[in-house]
Amino acid sequence: MKVSRFWAWATFIVGAAYFFIPLIATLEFSLRMRRGEYSFDAYRVVLGDIRFQETFGYSVIIACFTIVLGVVLVVPTAYWIRLRMPHLRPVVEFITLLPLIIPAIVIVFGYIRMYGSNSPIPFLGSTRGTDVLLIIGYATLALPYMYRAVDTGLRTIDVRTLTEAAQVHGAGWTTIIARIILPNVLIAVLSGAFLTFAIVIGEFTMASLLNRPAFGPYLQNIGANRAYEPAALAVIAFAITWGCMSVIQVLSRFAPKSANNPN
Amino acid sequence: MRLPLHWLGVAPFFIFALMFLILPTFYLVVGAFQNDQGQFTLENIASLFQPSILAAYWISIKVSFASAILGALIGIAISIAIVRGGLPRWVRSATMTFSGVASNFAGVPLAFAFLATLGRLGLVTILLRDVLGINIYALGFNILSFWGLTLTYLFFQIPLMVVIITPAIDGLKKEWGEAASTLGATQFQYWRMVAIPVLWPSFLGTVILLFANAFGAIATAYALTGSSLNIVPILLYAQIRGDVLHNPHLGYALAFGMIFITGLANIFYIWFRTRSERWLK
Repeated sequence: MKVSRFWAWATFIVGAAYFFIPLIATLEFSLRMRRGEYSFDAYRVVLGDIRFQETFGYSVIIACFTIVLGVVLVVPTAYWIRLRMPHLRPVVEFITLLPLIIPAIVIVFGYIRMYGSNSPIPFLGSTRGTDVLLIIGYATLALPYMYRAVDTGLRTIDVRTLTEAAQVHGAGWTTIIARIILPNVLIAVLSGAFLTFAIVIGEFTMASLLNRPAFGPYLQNIGANRAYEPAALAVIAFAITWGCMSVIQVLSRFAPKSANNPN
Repeated sequence: MRLPLHWLGVAPFFIFALMFLILPTFYLVVGAFQNDQGQFTLENIASLFQPSILAAYWISIKVSFASAILGALIGIAISIAIVRGGLPRWVRSATMTFSGVASNFAGVPLAFAFLATLGRLGLVTILLRDVLGINIYALGFNILSFWGLTLTYLFFQIPLMVVIITPAIDGLKKEWGEAASTLGATQFQYWRMVAIPVLWPSFLGTVILLFANAFGAIATAYALTGSSLNIVPILLYAQIRGDVLHNPHLGYALAFGMIFITGLANIFYIWFRTRSERWLK
């Protein structure tokens, strides 16, 4: 049963217009800083701003730590669930979906109340501690995406045979996970990593409420005080998101397609 | 005695989830039912029903609902067009790639993009005024309003729908259409009696996911409207920053209300998803 081609084209074109007009408008707006002619002034101002460089750098570092924490947390767990405790799979899947149910602002509110400087575990008592808590918060936000990416990757390899082969050769658990499993699901892990990066780099709520100098609060601050720079920043942010998604697309071409282990 | 060693493999994950996901939420939920002396009370929950807070919940629910329903309908129309419309292959792959990007393009930059488009000095606002002589702001449109926010949220809601629902449309087997037409069904009957019933659970499930997605979002709205549009996450944000409600426990209750609504929505989502998966094997 086919939908008429005319309506298909019409739907596609209207949809494309809705998505492209804001992007074109933003681009056009970002070039308008100099009166009467188009220029890259807004970009020059933004990129030259020391606050931009600092906050962007800070967020990139936080994103990298978030990815490391996410991988260390998710890969062994997903592996172990597949290998030894498949009955726990629904529970773990449910937990990884919780960050979609509990809004980020609620999670960070809980952190502020539980880990304040007078609490038994005073994460918020020091700047370093707050950074760690921010990384932890971001790892929970990215959990649904990271877990799904890794679990999909594990589905395409024969976890049991690989593990037994490694054990026969005398490998311990750390060796198995770091040198056998991780390289085999590397593409899936990288997809999760880039998605994490895209989510974390401009995140506003957690960074703002934990008072850390991240890129998201900087964006918000510029938006409240400047005219043309926000548009330039929006174009840059879109380019970053686009870049992350493109890398994921390219990676998915290298990922093994068929599952040789149906569980 | 094998059990403890077994559990060691998943212990870090469960400890992490407990410490940084479950307990912090639980802390707020318990706080919502306590007074300053730590005694049980329903007073905080009852205080949620004062007009200003109810209004915040109501506008949040309206924006989330409108952007979820519109996003779902437009998204599924685009999905059907690219899967079944006989369009060239590149249209489909381009749409899917773009949807992946746009569904993740939210937060503060999205607000900037819409201000540059439909703000008072936005390109579309100015083009409509200078070329067609339509001043949308004189006609009552405002980007800092219910419709402005809904229109902005659609920018990530529609692509999210496309990403989730396209596999379900792919799952509509060709044989069903052929079987239906062999039995003399019209196009309309095929959609009404075969396609829509099969798609219905995943459609509804995705609507709920979109709803929760919009309900918890704050960055876009905050960057777009400052605090002029009083939605729940913005109210909670102000409460965390400076106790604007002058009652910490009311803040907990506000958070509890948000979890309650998104949690309720997601219980429906899980239920619908398990129902729809039966068909998509």
